[in-house]
Amino acid sequence: MELTATTTIRKPASEVYAFWRDLENLPTFMAHLEEVRTTGDRTSRWVADAPFGKDIAWDAEIVDDTPGEKIRWRSAGDADVPNAGTVRFTPAPDGVSTEVHIVLVYDIPGGTIGKAVAKYFGEEPHQQLDDDLRRLKQVLETGEVVRSDGAPWGKRARKEFPQRPAQPLSDAELAKGADR
Amino acid sequence: MRANTWAGRNKVEVRDVPDPRILNRRDAIVRITSTAICGSDLHLVDGYVPTMQDGDVMGHEFMGEVVEVGAGVAPERLRVGDRVVVPFPIACGACGACASELYSCCENTNPNAGIAEKMFGHPVAGIFGYSHLTGGFAGGQAQYARVPFADVGPLKIESDLADEQVLFLSDILPTGYMGAEMCDIQPSDVVAVWGAGPVGQFAMDSARVLGAAKVIAIDKEPYRLEMAERAGHTPVNFEEVDVRSQLLELTGGRGPDKCIDAVGLEATHGSAHIAAYDQVKQAVRLETDRPHVLRQAIMSCRSGGVVSVIGVYGGLVDKFPAGAWMNRSLTLRTGQCHVQRYMKPLLRRIESGELDPTRIITHTLPLEEAERGFEIFKNKQDNCEKVVLKP
Repeated sequence: MELTATTTIRKPASEVYAFWRDLENLPTFMAHLEEVRTTGDRTSRWVADAPFGKDIAWDAEIVDDTPGEKIRWRSAGDADVPNAGTVRFTPAPDGVSTEVHIVLVYDIPGGTIGKAVAKYFGEEPHQQLDDDLRRLKQVLETGEVVRSDGAPWGKRARKEFPQRPAQPLSDAELAKGADR
Repeated sequence: MRANTWAGRNKVEVRDVPDPRILNRRDAIVRITSTAICGSDLHLVDGYVPTMQDGDVMGHEFMGEVVEVGAGVAPERLRVGDRVVVPFPIACGACGACASELYSCCENTNPNAGIAEKMFGHPVAGIFGYSHLTGGFAGGQAQYARVPFADVGPLKIESDLADEQVLFLSDILPTGYMGAEMCDIQPSDVVAVWGAGPVGQFAMDSARVLGAAKVIAIDKEPYRLEMAERAGHTPVNFEEVDVRSQLLELTGGRGPDKCIDAVGLEATHGSAHIAAYDQVKQAVRLETDRPHVLRQAIMSCRSGGVVSVIGVYGGLVDKFPAGAWMNRSLTLRTGQCHVQRYMKPLLRRIESGELDPTRIITHTLPLEEAERGFEIFKNKQDNCEKVVLKP
């Protein structure tokens, strides 16, 4: 499965590249990621969020790194869901913004994990990635993922429809946090 | 705290809900001193805006005192104790739309942008108390509200103006003003405004302030037309006369130079069969909006004129007179108001006495009586023009 998405961020390409190149930032805006840990100059350990399939983790390596322009990576070893990604950063015509173009490729296996991944992406898989890029834009332009009363847990907004009512959260809800 | 909530179609209910908390670093919590019922709240209650949920706190016109600020709000921008009017569109101030002062199209403040994008092609900003399509933010018909990006939108009121003089800077005064501003008014212009509700009244006043030669008010409620007439505008009752003929009569056959639609998707029509056509299509969801005013404004406007739309539309309309629009060189301009753009200049016009927003207030009720407020406003009982609620 190949997914593409794009957005424009009102920050210079160098800044957007630098944020992405620190792969540990990816879980702040990518819904399916629980954690990314850098293990070497070009290697990292990725852990998926529960809905993506319980306890899925894999190693990844950067295979192409052009500062300010492009990052290409792929899973290494025997990942449960072999995957690869490319993100390109190009200056927008306004002279101040950066266009972000991303391509993700998943080699979805059969069995339980394949089913979990397919269920996660649902009928319109590109939406997940569109939403990921919206949150990347929020983080870079405003400093964090925007929360509302109806969608208080940031990354999970889309999954929560119908949402909780647009009224303030109770102490219990706040203490419980995002329901995984 | 107490808050007025959506409780299903045609029903609002004041209930106990939790007090709001800071969720983002740039939030503030405002203790609300005055809030109002907007004509667009009726679209929600009447069930014409999808994605409302039982328990949603309503209201997008409010002001009050800052009681808490998030760690990301700079003290020189906003502090506890500040008195603020809160604009209804939530804007980040940092995206491309905000950089172009298109605050109601902010690209970052709607957590449900994906849903809005499906409906509108591109997403729109978050709005307080205005469905989950615009973010699912709790509104301001309540004792307290959480205000995101509190360092961008809220206008500090540092003079001793009463709440009633500045409250409408949150929405309807800037909305009416933008309707007139989009008309690019010239000294010789006759401006016709459809709808003598609160937004229409402010569009009329703004057209006058911007130098129009004559301003015409079109409505069917005699008390609303009288209110417009007292402010110096020329009334036309669409239940008593044919609007287009009357507009030709008032303009020597030219038609109004500029036309403002301050009604939107729930228009009524003087001819029963035309009203029924759209009412039936809307009821069975063959069209979402009833565009009588938009059609009539386009057909009435002089060639080369401007039709400015500030009444709310939500989806699709039928029988749009594209031929008249195209062949007669009309310009169609519109938008949810970019309130942040107008708050300071309009505050100055209030301070100088050029505009008196208090002239439309007919009812002031405690928040607990919100349900009655909606009732009389919707049904135009007791000569109701604008309801202000006091939490």
